[in-house]
Amino acid sequence: MIMKVRSLTRTAGALAVSALLAGPVVAADEIVRLATTTSTYNSGLLDYLLPKFEAEHPYQIQVIPVGTGKALRMGQDGDVDLVMTHAPDAERAFVEAGYGVNPLSVMYNDFVIVGPESDLADVAGSEDVAEAMADIANSDALFISRGDDSGTHKKELKLWEAAGVAVDFEGYRSVGQGMGKVLQMTNELQGYTLTDRGTWLAMQDKLDLALLVEGDERLFNPYQVILVNPERYDDLNAEGARALAQWLVSDEGQALIDDFRLNGQVLFHASAGEEVSAAQAVSEAAAQ
Amino acid sequence: MHELLETTGDALVLLLSFDPDLWEIIGVSFSVSLAAMLFAIPPALLIALVLARVVFPGRWLLISLANTLMAVPTVVVGLLLFMLLSRSGPLGEWQLLFTQPAMIIGQWLLAMPLLVAMLHSALQGIDQRAWETARLHGAGKMAALWRLLGEARFGVMAAVVASFGRVIAEVGCAIMVGGNIEHFTRNITTAIALETLKGEYAQGIALGLVMLLLALILNLLLGMLRGRGRQIFSS
Repeated sequence: MIMKVRSLTRTAGALAVSALLAGPVVAADEIVRLATTTSTYNSGLLDYLLPKFEAEHPYQIQVIPVGTGKALRMGQDGDVDLVMTHAPDAERAFVEAGYGVNPLSVMYNDFVIVGPESDLADVAGSEDVAEAMADIANSDALFISRGDDSGTHKKELKLWEAAGVAVDFEGYRSVGQGMGKVLQMTNELQGYTLTDRGTWLAMQDKLDLALLVEGDERLFNPYQVILVNPERYDDLNAEGARALAQWLVSDEGQALIDDFRLNGQVLFHASAGEEVSAAQAVSEAAAQ
Repeated sequence: MHELLETTGDALVLLLSFDPDLWEIIGVSFSVSLAAMLFAIPPALLIALVLARVVFPGRWLLISLANTLMAVPTVVVGLLLFMLLSRSGPLGEWQLLFTQPAMIIGQWLLAMPLLVAMLHSALQGIDQRAWETARLHGAGKMAALWRLLGEARFGVMAAVVASFGRVIAEVGCAIMVGGNIEHFTRNITTAIALETLKGEYAQGIALGLVMLLLALILNLLLGMLRGRGRQIFSS
C-alpha cells in the first residue's frame, strides 16, 4: 500500500513538474533519480556527461546534489534510483546492509588542503597530511570543517584521527554546508580546509587561497556508483539506473570522464574495472 | 509513518534530556533574536511616532517604503549584508562576517520595516485626544507619551510579537551571514535547514517542536492581553 502511494505521488510529482516547465510530459518510468555528492555536481562534470547519456537513452536524469551521508540515506529510503558517492567505508556498510547493490568504481581524484597565502601554520609543501593538520590545530589559525557527514567530512575526520587531534580545538569551525560554501567561508575567514581537488579547481579563481598540501596517499578520493536495491522498493526505476551505471563505466563514459576539463585542468580520472593504488592515484593527480 | 513516530520520539528524548548541543542551538536563536529586537524597538518606536504624529513632506513615501521593505525576502537582506561585510566589501575590516553580531544586524534590518509599519498603524489608530487630554491634565511630555503608548498597547504588543516571530523564524539571512557554525552561529532555523542534510532528522524535529511551542506561547500571551483588554473595556 505504501509503495502504491509512493509510486502515485512520484508520478504526480513528475507530471506536475513537467507541466510547470511547460516541456514535454515525461513518463515516470523515463525518470532516473541520481543522488550524488556536491563535488561531482559543482564541478560541472554531470552537466557535461548526462546530456550525452540522455541523447542515447530514453531516460531523463534528475540529479540531487547532496553530501554523501544524505545521498546514502536517500538511497536507503528509496527516494532515488542510484547514488554516486565517495566514502568507501560508508558505501561498504550501505551495500552490506542490503540497501544498495552492484557497486562499481567509476573514477577518482584526490583531496588537498588549501589555506591562506600567509600560511600561518606553515604547512605549505608538507608531504604528511596528518602532520600538517596537527600543525594547523596547534596554530592560531581557523580550520573550516564541512561538518555535514559528507564523504569529504568523513575523510577529514579520519585524517584528524591519524593526526591524533580531537576536533574540539580552539580554531575548529564546523559549518554543515557544501564544499563550495565552505571554500567561500574559508576564504572570508582566511582559514584552512580540506577540499576535493575538483571543487577547488572549479572555484580557485574566485578565492584568495593557496593549495598547500597534496600528494599524501591518504588523500585518495575514489567515487563509486551504487544501485539502490530494487528488491526493497518495487517502484524504483531499476532499469534506468542500471543503464546509467553501465554507461558510466563503459568505454564511452570512461573516455568522456577522462576528457573532462575545467579551466584546462583534468578533474577526474576514470577507474572502472581497474585497481588503482592510492599512492599511484594521488601522485598522478598532484603531478598535474 | 512508523519512522516519523520513531523520529519524533527521538526528538522528545533529545529535548527532555536537555541535550547540550540542542539547547545551545536554541540559546543562539534566542540571544540573537532578542538582541535584534532590543536594538530595533526604540528606533522603530521613534520613527513610528514621528510618522504618526508629525506631518512633514515625504511622510507617505516613508510609510510606503516601510510597507514595501516588509516584503523583501530574507535572503536578499542576507546577500546585501554579506557583500557589505565580506573581506572585499566596504565593511570588511570590521570582521563581522559569520559572527552573532552579523546575524543581529541582519535580523535588525528585517525587524525594522515590520516594526515601523505595524507600530505606525497602531499609533495612528489612537484618538489624538489621548495626548491632548493627558497634556491638559498637567502631564509632562514623557508622561503623555507613556499614556499614548498605553492606549496603543495591543497594537504595540502585536507589532513586537509579530516582528520577533519573523526574525526568530527566518533562515535565509542567518545562513548567509551567520554561516551555521557549530557552537557559534548555528541557530534553530539554520540547524533545521542544514543539519537534516546529514540524514539525521530527530534534531530537526526537536527544534521544529521548540519553534511551534514558541509560536503557541507568543499567541497565548497576545490572546491573554487582548482578553484583558476586553474586560477593562466592558466594565
